[in-house]
Amino acid sequence: MGGTDSVSLKRIVFLTVGTTSFDALVKVADTLEVKQELTRRGYTHLLIQMGRGTYLPAESIGEDGLLAVDCFTFSSSIADHLSSASLVISHAGSGSIFETLRLGKPLIVVVNEDLMDNHQSELAEELADRKHLYCAHPQSLHQVIVGMDLKSLLPYQPGDATPVAKLINRFLGFPDD
Amino acid sequence: MDGCYFCIMAIIATSVAIFLIRLLHVLYLTGKSRRLKSPQPLSTLIVLGSGGHTAEMMNLLSVLQMDRFTPRFYIAAATDNMSLQKARVFEDSLLHKKVIKGSSAQFMQIYRSREVGQSYVTSVWTTLLATTHALWLMVKIRPQVVLCNGPGTCIPLCVIAFLFKVIGIRWSSIFYVESIARVKRLSLSGLLLYKLCIADQFFVQWPQLQRKYPRAHYVGCLM
Repeated sequence: MGGTDSVSLKRIVFLTVGTTSFDALVKVADTLEVKQELTRRGYTHLLIQMGRGTYLPAESIGEDGLLAVDCFTFSSSIADHLSSASLVISHAGSGSIFETLRLGKPLIVVVNEDLMDNHQSELAEELADRKHLYCAHPQSLHQVIVGMDLKSLLPYQPGDATPVAKLINRFLGFPDD
Repeated sequence: MDGCYFCIMAIIATSVAIFLIRLLHVLYLTGKSRRLKSPQPLSTLIVLGSGGHTAEMMNLLSVLQMDRFTPRFYIAAATDNMSLQKARVFEDSLLHKKVIKGSSAQFMQIYRSREVGQSYVTSVWTTLLATTHALWLMVKIRPQVVLCNGPGTCIPLCVIAFLFKVIGIRWSSIFYVESIARVKRLSLSGLLLYKLCIADQFFVQWPQLQRKYPRAHYVGCLM
């Protein structure tokens, strides 16, 4: 895993909290056991998008035998980071979730228990039940990473707004397209 | 003096009665489509909200024929900077792709009834302010179609649209799409619009909600 090896395959884990502050997730991703497990599974880089959070993870170029760690607060579009990731760990925002699923990337959604009225967990749990992603809490993230079998995840078929459009058009008396 | 008093009471009583009859009539017609032979384009109010709401709304707009829903009015909360920007990008792309000829869209911001964490005492005043602002915007727009999908900003707008129907200022069709993030429970906005029978058509994206709220239409996931 030397830095001078130009042919080494980068396997990036991209962690995103969107526009929120989710220090609990960033902290747990920064722990030795999570980094060790990710390294063991062959990931070479951990890129953390920390949003409005205040906890600063320790950046590293990976000379300690663990994967390299880098972080930033925001970017105008995370699409590029999602595209180049081999694994995505995300907060439970529907935007992040569906953007990731539509790119066909393996996804672990981490639910923020500090949020009041946590309706976000409903979506994450439902999609996990349907085997489109793994769902975790900050405390269970390590366990989920240890036990995950990404090949068992089912691809998500993108949704379609045309049924709604049809009903709206019919109601308003517009002819069917 | 007595005669004058009696007259005033009679007028008030009659007005209330007419209002109530009209209210029941509008409630009866809610959800019933009024089909016209070749309908004209309809002025459309699109309510945007932060987070996933605007993304879901753009997704819906991209499958609707824009020449049927014009002129378009986009409203977002005053503190939401991203949503109107996304709407502008969408409208620009329509011009680019020559889907529409000229720009027929307007973008407006509305005061929020209550910010997250705001004290309830000051909220009374800000809610009154927000409702007055909503009324002002609605009088200007008088939309024939209202499209919304969850943010709290849509409540005063939908209630006013409904009142306009009752009073006879403008007939409109109100469509509500509950967010994809709502799997087992409706949002507060959704619950209000559903229970008060204000939306003509109420769409949900997960079957669990359709079982709980039978008057809703299950349309599958939009995203």
